[in-house]
Formats: sequence, C-alpha cells, structure tokens
Amino acid sequence: MQSIVEFKNIFKSYPGVIANDDVSFNIEEQSIHAILGENGAGKSTLVKILYGHVKPDSGEILINSDLAIINSPSTAKNLGINMVFQHFSLFESLTVAENLILGMNENISLTKLKDKSKTICDKYGFNLNLNSPISSLSVGQRQSVEIVRSLLNNPKILIMDEPTSVLTPDEISKLFKIIKNLVKDGLTVIFISHKLEEIINLSDYVTIMRNGKVVSTISTQNENPETLGYKMLGYKVSEVKHESNINFSQEIFNIKNLSTQSKDPFTINLNKIDLSLKKGQIFGIAGVAGNGQKELMEILLNENDYEFSGDIFFKDLNINNLSTFQRKSLSISYVTEERLGHSAVPEMSLSENIFLSMNHKSEFKKGDFINFEKINSYASDVIKNFNVDTPSYHVKAGKLSGGNLQKFIIGREIMSNPQLLILSQPTWGIDAGSEAFIKKTIVELSQKGVSIIIISHDLDELLEVCHQISVLYEGSLSNPLNVEDINIAKLGKYMGGLFD
Amino acid sequence: MVFLIRVQLREDYSNLIFYLSPLVAVALTLFFGSFIFFILDLSPIESFKIFFISPISNSYGISELFVKATPLAIIALGLSYCFKNNIYNIGAEGQLTMGAIFGGGIGLLFNDSTSVFLLPLMILFGAIGGAFWATIPAILKTKFNTNEILTSLMLTYVALFILDYFVVGPWKDPAGYGLPKSMPFPDAGRLPVLIDGLRVHIGVYFALIICLLTYIIFNKTLFGFKLRVTGLSSKASQYAGFKYKNLIFYTFIISGASAGLAGLFEVSGPIGLLYRDISPNYGFTAIIVAFLGRLNPFGIILSSLLIALTYLGAEDAQLFLKIPSAVGFVFQGLVLFFLLGTDFLNKYKVFIK
Repeated sequence: MQSIVEFKNIFKSYPGVIANDDVSFNIEEQSIHAILGENGAGKSTLVKILYGHVKPDSGEILINSDLAIINSPSTAKNLGINMVFQHFSLFESLTVAENLILGMNENISLTKLKDKSKTICDKYGFNLNLNSPISSLSVGQRQSVEIVRSLLNNPKILIMDEPTSVLTPDEISKLFKIIKNLVKDGLTVIFISHKLEEIINLSDYVTIMRNGKVVSTISTQNENPETLGYKMLGYKVSEVKHESNINFSQEIFNIKNLSTQSKDPFTINLNKIDLSLKKGQIFGIAGVAGNGQKELMEILLNENDYEFSGDIFFKDLNINNLSTFQRKSLSISYVTEERLGHSAVPEMSLSENIFLSMNHKSEFKKGDFINFEKINSYASDVIKNFNVDTPSYHVKAGKLSGGNLQKFIIGREIMSNPQLLILSQPTWGIDAGSEAFIKKTIVELSQKGVSIIIISHDLDELLEVCHQISVLYEGSLSNPLNVEDINIAKLGKYMGGLFD
Repeated sequence: MVFLIRVQLREDYSNLIFYLSPLVAVALTLFFGSFIFFILDLSPIESFKIFFISPISNSYGISELFVKATPLAIIALGLSYCFKNNIYNIGAEGQLTMGAIFGGGIGLLFNDSTSVFLLPLMILFGAIGGAFWATIPAILKTKFNTNEILTSLMLTYVALFILDYFVVGPWKDPAGYGLPKSMPFPDAGRLPVLIDGLRVHIGVYFALIICLLTYIIFNKTLFGFKLRVTGLSSKASQYAGFKYKNLIFYTFIISGASAGLAGLFEVSGPIGLLYRDISPNYGFTAIIVAFLGRLNPFGIILSSLLIALTYLGAEDAQLFLKIPSAVGFVFQGLVLFFLLGTDFLNKYKVFIK
C-alpha cells in the first residue's frame, strides 16, 4: 500500500520546550494509525501541524507524495484532511442540521444537506435526529455530530484527538465499529490516544512519541499492552536512594472505598479507591494525566464540596465533611499542580502569599487584623531555608521563575510543620536544580516522620523518592507496589489499566 | 476591504498606567466634550467655564458640590467591596430607595418626636433597609446561581414602585394638595447642616469615615485580604479555604447598607421628606465613580467630587447655555467609555491587519 501522509523532519519549538523534534514517519492509505505518547509528548502539536492549526518551524508534509503547504484548517480541508477535536465546538441551542451546515465550505441548501447527512447516518449507523437541538444530546451523540460534520466534507484523512476520553465503554465499541467501516470505504484515520488496549484493538499501526521525538512506528499486530507501555515510557529503573525496608507502622491517612458518580462528561469518575499511608511514608500516585488525578486532588482538598461516597480518615478522624480550612488546621498541607492562580496569587507579594495558605494560623492574626510582622519574618525564613532566589518578600509571586516559586510554595507548606503533605506535580515544568532540591527536601521531610502523597505523571520522579507507588487508571487505583519490587513490565501493564 | 483586528494580552501591564488612566480618561472626556459644544455652535472655552468652573466659584456652589458628592462617595465605597470581589451589584439605586423608605418611614412614624435618638434610629434603619434589599440578590445568587447583575438591577425598579406606592398611598401628606409626597420629617429627624444657610450636611463626615474604614479593611484585615484574593483568583481563594458564598453575602450587605445610608441622608438631609424622585440616579452613577476611583477608597473620594461637578455643570449649562441637562449624563458616559477603553488598551495589545 501507498503512503498518504509523509512527515519529513518536522520541527516545532515553543519557548522552553521542543514539542516536535525531527519527526518523520509515514501513514499508509486506508489504515488506522495511532499516535501514542504521554502528555506533552508532542502528539497534539503534530496533528495540529497536519491540520494547519500550528505552523512548524521546519520540515515538510507530503500528501500523496506531493509537497503540501498547509497554512490553515481550510487548506487542510481542501486537501481532504479533517479533524475531530477532543472538545467539541457545537452551538448548543442550534439543531444538529444547523450545526452541520455551519461547518460546510460549499453552499448547500438545508434540505440537501439533511438528505446527505441522513445517507451518512444510515450507512454507518450514527443514531442522530437531525432536528434535535444539540443541548438535548448525549456526549456520544455530540461526537457523532462532529464526525458527520467532518464526513460531509468527503475527507480522505480524518484526525481524531483522544476520541474515547469522553465516551462510555458501550459508545466506544460503537465508535470503533464505525471507524473500521469508514476505513473499509477508503478513509485513513489518525487516532491519538494514550490508552494502550484501545490502540491494540483498533489500529493497524502505531507511532510512539516521547519528549517530542518519534521512538518508533510499528504494526500493532505483535504487540500487547505491556510491550507497548514499555515503549511509551522508555523507562529504565533508576537507583532508589533512600532506605526502602523501613518498617512503617503507624497509620496516618486512610481512604476507604472512595467513589464518585458525576454526570459531567469531562470528569473521570473515581472507582472504589483504597489507600493507606503510614507515618513517614512517601506514597506516589502514578498514571497518565486525565485518569482521575484532578478529581482525586479536588476531593483531598475539598475545595468545591465534590460529592463522593466512601470515607477519608486522618489519624482515625473521619474528615469527609471537613472544609479545606478545617483540614489545614489539622496540619494537612497541599501543593496544587497549578502554581500561579491556585497555590499562589501572581499579583500579590510573597508575604501575602504566605498568608494565603497560612490564614488558619492564629499567630498570623491579631483579632481580625493581619499580623504582617510575623508573616514577613516567616517569609524571610522560607526564602532563606529553601534557597528562593528573590530580592525580598515584597516581590510579586508572578515575577518569580517556576522553580523559585515552587520552592517558595513547598517551603511555605513545610515550615508550617504539616503531618501530611499532599503534592500534585511538584516538579512539573521547573529547572533541574530546583527539581533536585525539591526531591531532596521531600525525602528529608519523610525521614522526620511526615507522611507525603505525590500525584505525578513523572515516573522517574516517583521511583526516585517514593516508598510505594500505585497507578491511577480511569478512576481506579491499583494495589500499591513497593518500589524495590517494581519491574518495568509490571508498571507498563499497570499504566495500561491491567491490574485487578 | 476586511480589517482583521487581533487582540493580545500584554505579558506585563503597567501598574502606573492603571492609576494614571483615570486622568487620561478625564482629559479625553474634556476634549470630546468640547467637540460636542463646538457642534452645538457654542464656544468651547466659554462653555467649559460655565460647566466646570462657575458652579464652584462661590461658597454655595462648593456646598452643593459636597451635597452631590456625599451620596456618590458613600455608595461607591460600598460598591467597591462588591466589585473587588468580582460581584456586580448594579442595584444600588434600589438599595438607596429602600434605605430611604425604611429610614424615612421611621421619621414619619415618630413625626412628633423631638428625641435626639430619632435621627440615629433613622440612620440605622436606612442602612438596614438597603442591606435588606441587597440580601435578595445575594440569596438568589448563592442558592440558585442567578446572575446578580440582572436581579439587583430588576429589584431597583421594584423598590422604586414600592416608594411610589407609599407616597401616593398610605404615607401621602393629607395637607399636601394631593401631591405624591409625604409629610415633612420632624426637625429631630433632619440631618444637621455643617454651615448655616448652606445645604452641605454631616453626611460628609460619614463619607470620610467610611473611606478610612474601607482603606483599613482592604489593607489590614483578614476580611479585606479575602476580598482581594477572591477578586484576583477564585481558585486561589478556594485553596486558601475562603468561603465564596459568605463573601457574596457580606459584600452585598455592605454595599446595600452604604446605599441605604446614602438614601436616608438624601431624604433626611437636602430633601426633608419622601417623594418620587429622591435620587438623580446616584446609585447608577456611583458605579462610574467606583471604577473611576480604581476601587481605591481615596480615589473614590476624588472621583465622586469630579462626577458631582458634572451634575452641577449640567444644571448651569441648562440655565445659561440653554442645552439639556442630560449633557451631564453624556459627560459621565464619556468618562466611563474612555476609562474602559484605556483599561483595555493597558491590558491588551491591538493589531490591525
């Protein structure tokens, strides 16, 4: 068979990160070609380049062996390339047919369009009423509208960005049947995913990307989730630097049978999560982003009164209904994934950002007034003890580099003597020096008897500092693995959701 | 020809310009204002003199300036709590009216009183009335997630009709020749004036005290800190453990009470009784005052004086230039327009292709 798309030496960088680094591979005509990789591996950038949404710094794309210059999505559409995005762009108050006609390049009457759409729906088994408003449709049906809209343009190539992330298992198997039929009729499908099993079930070929580079392009025939996971992570077990055979005895924090039943299609429901954390233990929660980390963190913080079933205990006290404020008062500390605008206010000074998280402490208040003297001295201590590079605590938090701000935030929490510290992506996007410092600090802290939970996509980091690791996959948490027993094959399997 | 306008957030927008932009807006207003006079075939310089200088060239004029600035400042200071917290209370006019009804009602109830406690009681009820009216949109927002802009605005018209009902119904002055107005308040229910023969009253002191309190609350207290954090980032506010719903209530109550206070001061001060048109849109104009003053308490005092001047200037312009007094509202509108414009350009870069 012949290649329909050829990527040749695609290179694209953003400030501070290389999204696509010399990407070259071919896509066979009439095949289902998956692109696999962790978050930030460069999958989305690459397909956006193909769809004319992003301009590459250098490199070429050949379509049917002809050089194609794709400046905009409309050029892409003229070349027969269409894309279904992860987040839909539909007008809620308009009907299905009205939404379809808005996506058309050519002039066509509404009745003609309805006939055409009806043919497509019948042929491939989309269950759509063209006259219903979008607001009445389920997420799966909305996706069908997006796909039909693309098909109306008679595409040769259809790009789908994580199409299954919002679907139920039933809807997924339906979608896969449709995709297979479409390919039979001549379409080429490019399919982005980080779900290993799906890729093996659906696609013919898979290109694995890591850190912006193509690791390999292979046929999925002889692969299983384990081998694929191994290739995706590209992992070599690093040395564990701390004492691993400590006997942890005293239980500090305990989650029992935690589940959520949210109807919001863009959230992952947590499924019977159990977790037990001992004094002085560092517990890692691994997993590809979007598998329920955000939801779990929200429940641990209780910022939005997220509804859940099950129980959370801190030192035998049920904290299910305790507010963020009350949990902090119990000496539980948090560092969220987003630094600016969540665990710090960029427009406020470093001192004020101390008070942001420490306003439950009476020592920083004089009645209803703020005790700035105490706060300022606490801030200078944080800056000194945690090597924060800043001229003074009057500097606005937004002016600090990512690594400096993260050191400041983590220092702020540690200096309040927490008994439990929960960190989300503690070293995400910061410089290597700060990263090493933060890891060292975390390990030292645990040796002083503080229990720590780290939620991270960075396996290296988790294997380096944690005592135990569980994997979060589609809202379920695996049994904990002791780091000294971990082998990469097992971890790859777990990352793909294959655990009991 | 097609113009494509592209707007891009500035990475580092200037704080200095943020505080200077009200001056730029005022300058632009004066420039375009003179253009309006020019098309009306009036001499811009002469008109400016009549509009902005002659109204405050004598002690009576200065007293009137304070009479107008007082309610504007008090309402705007209250509103600044809401706006800092990203809550848009647009219904201060209604809260002002409710304050006048509650406080004025006390004055009418004890209309033969000579007690020194009558005025404090009226002031208290004025604040309660405004706060009560502001609680309604707060409840609707926290319980049903309604848009507070709509509900607070709509409640303004309800309050105006309630006032209407009282002054043509139960509270109509029997000796008032059938006019829609109440009996005058007793002397004990009148706000003392500062200088005999002029209308400027002790509300000025209240405005200054509220200004100082607001400054202290915003900068020195936990409550003010909560407002600032929530206004800057709602997620950081959750992280800090602040309860947004409580803040909505507190800010609505503070701004409602301030507006109610201003309403009571109007009726027990310059007016002396209740009737239909107790406020020349002070509640709405105070929104401009609050933003022109950059939600800074001292800035609000300055901007209330400036906007008060447009009220006076408009009256004089009607008298001497024979142009409608609505020109005052035109000036207020221009100030707001240019202020929003300068803010936008300070925050965003605009490219035209």
